[in-house]
Amino acid sequence: MSRPVQYNTNNKPAVIPEGYSGEGFMATKMDQLVGLGRSHSLWPLPFATSCCGIEFMGTMGSNYDLGRFGAERMGFTPRQCDVLLVAGTISKKLAPVLRQVYLQMAEPRWVIAIGACASSGGIFDSYSVLQGIDQVIPVDVYVPGCPPRPEGIIEGILRVQDLVKAESTRRRNHPRYKELMESYGIE
Amino acid sequence: MTNEYIQQILSDKFGAAVWGFEETFGIFSFNIKPEINTAVLQFLNDEASLSFQFLTDLTAVHYPDRKDEELCVVYHLHNLVANKRIRVRASVPVAQPDIATMTNLFSSANWMERETYDFFGVNFTGHPNLVRILNADEMNYFPMRKEYPMEDPTRTDKDDEMFGR
Repeated sequence: MSRPVQYNTNNKPAVIPEGYSGEGFMATKMDQLVGLGRSHSLWPLPFATSCCGIEFMGTMGSNYDLGRFGAERMGFTPRQCDVLLVAGTISKKLAPVLRQVYLQMAEPRWVIAIGACASSGGIFDSYSVLQGIDQVIPVDVYVPGCPPRPEGIIEGILRVQDLVKAESTRRRNHPRYKELMESYGIE
Repeated sequence: MTNEYIQQILSDKFGAAVWGFEETFGIFSFNIKPEINTAVLQFLNDEASLSFQFLTDLTAVHYPDRKDEELCVVYHLHNLVANKRIRVRASVPVAQPDIATMTNLFSSANWMERETYDFFGVNFTGHPNLVRILNADEMNYFPMRKEYPMEDPTRTDKDDEMFGR
């Protein structure tokens, strides 16, 4: 009879950044080292308004356990958090609130739009619903689905981690980033 | 209290300003002239044999094809003692949708009139605070009027080719 408890035998350790290593030392770029550290210590800020939020609760729970990927601690204040997860329909009346939450987050900050509503308005092609949160704040990763399964949300987090690893330490000084922020009217 | 009794007492009191008596969807309904809405609802409230003292609902319907009576303001009244419900309709032109407020008689009319203003643009004259209640304050149109295309024409991401139409 097989073991009643299954466990993961395919452990994947964090990929070591490129660099020069020898006996007892390793030289690499600061950006890559900081990126590696940041990517596995993301603090998610859930902005859950509907059914995608329920899926996100499942993602954080013990069955799917987002903590395995280095996003253990949800902070319910934007000032402490790194990645904003917008899960659910955002009405036009709520859009300024979402924007305010985004502005309160400190750099570096990332945004995931979870589900069809946050990405595009979804089925709510209506006078009262914002047709995608990218009309008010910049979005890094879109997770499709209505609602997406927890695996999809984890995939979105992993894609953000890829972005974090690839970015320079001071992304906010980059001219393209400044241009993007200016297009949203954000200082 | 029968429908015939309500029709009789209202016709005696208000004459031709009240018409169109019918029972639709299980509720006795009639039309009134918009100028006398305060008088009719006050009478329905005060008259001991009627005593419709509970305003359960207040909304509007937009009939774009009815000339000069496009916006129909609907009052739902309830007699709690006899458990009798009636529906009172008053039509106003969409060009000048003025009707007197019922907030002096029913406190519950306050928010319902704000909602009706918010979605249909009915101007309840005398209302203490007639501002939008549900939609964003910046909205400059009345979304439930039947004068808009079904989809937002400014959208560029939902083109016909992608959605097979």
